[in-house]
Amino acid sequence: MKWDWSAVADFMPHFWDGLLVTLQILVLGSLISFVLGLVWALLMRVPTRWVTWPVGAVTEFVRNTPLLVQLFFLFYVLPEWGITFSALTTGVFAIGLHYSTYTMQVYRAGIEAVPAGQWEAATALNLPLRRTWTAVILPQAVRRVVPALGNYVISMLKDTPMLMAITVLEMLGEARLFAQQNFQFTEPLTVIGFAFIVISYLASLALRALERRLVH
Amino acid sequence: MSTETHPTDSKPDPRRSTGELIRLEQVTKRFGDHTVLDHLDFSVDAGKHVTLIGPSGSGKTTILRLLMTLLKPDEGTITVDGERLFPAPEKQVREIRKKIGMVFQQFNLFPNMTVLRNITEAPVTVLGMSKDEAEERARELLELVGLTEHVDKHPAQLSGGQQQRVAIARALAMRPQVLLLDEVTSALDPELVAGVLDVLRDIARSTDITMLCVTHEMNFARDISDQVLMFDSGRVIEAGPPEKIFSEPEHDRTREFLSAVL
Repeated sequence: MKWDWSAVADFMPHFWDGLLVTLQILVLGSLISFVLGLVWALLMRVPTRWVTWPVGAVTEFVRNTPLLVQLFFLFYVLPEWGITFSALTTGVFAIGLHYSTYTMQVYRAGIEAVPAGQWEAATALNLPLRRTWTAVILPQAVRRVVPALGNYVISMLKDTPMLMAITVLEMLGEARLFAQQNFQFTEPLTVIGFAFIVISYLASLALRALERRLVH
Repeated sequence: MSTETHPTDSKPDPRRSTGELIRLEQVTKRFGDHTVLDHLDFSVDAGKHVTLIGPSGSGKTTILRLLMTLLKPDEGTITVDGERLFPAPEKQVREIRKKIGMVFQQFNLFPNMTVLRNITEAPVTVLGMSKDEAEERARELLELVGLTEHVDKHPAQLSGGQQQRVAIARALAMRPQVLLLDEVTSALDPELVAGVLDVLRDIARSTDITMLCVTHEMNFARDISDQVLMFDSGRVIEAGPPEKIFSEPEHDRTREFLSAVL
């Protein structure tokens, strides 16, 4: 096996394209999972089975089936029913939805960790329920769960190559394409391997900074 | 009779009621098999300072929590200022709750807000006060509790005693008619207790607020109370002015309890 720097140079334009797509998936997928997970967590607290049962069933289903199956389903089955999106849009939605079923558990734990006394104080001050959530409970709950949410961002990063299966050309997709066209596997795969390490390291640094800002 | 209260003698503030303000009738509260309050009857007149004493688990705190609507009674009725608090529709409960403030054993300040916002949050969002007015009033209240220099700090930066004084200011900011004090010094280091009790003595002396106080600080109870109620097993076994309860209690249980805590 020999290392060819010119292959690295040839791959770099493709690498940047792939990196951009990977980051798009990561950022948009994280946002979807953060927002949707919070929505699930709040819906699970609605005091009627007519809400909690369907939400529980759907999220349980999504959490317990493989992401790859969900990607194939959304990309190949939905168009048969006339619903078509680009591969990237489908992939971002699928990964965001999949991870929202994990983040909802994180939010739930965070909400339950807010002491009962906070609810009692809000009642004693006559705060409306909405205000109690937005001004008292959620700020405390979210602050507690930032580290756990951060772990899911790193985890999601490592799942982004699965979108290759539905033709999205993220980093691994670009590397594979390059490798097959040039019969050079070592260089592109090594480059993206390092890129994954660098991105997850930077992401964890950013999250640690965020944690420090939230704790005073 | 000259001692009789005449309607014209009432306080100038029309919002303040006179006469009976709080009434519990045949109130029963159970937790599982344990009956905490057993067909309890009692009432409190406006402006009075009533202290509830008695052994732990005798139902004192439960009464405060029922009045604050943190708990619902299993039986009986609760009336505040002539209006039903239980049973009652949610809208009516919200109205009555405006008349009641509570200070908790564990302070329960909002850790995500500054001292100032802890105090202004409810006046602005519940009473619709303007932010400037609420802040001005918050500063006055912080002066009353001796914490003006801490307005912009977060609760975690304050001592327990300071946090509890902020909690008192927060409750008063809603201009309640009734202030419920639930063992407000029990979680404090001994050297911080006096500061909090001084603030409460000051409030008891300088306002016409009705106070319902659960405490183990018997000297404080003696100082501020118009009436002391001795609880045992969910019932009031003895009631009277503090001079009488503390000096010549009638009931054996009261005597035992007082000799244990004094």
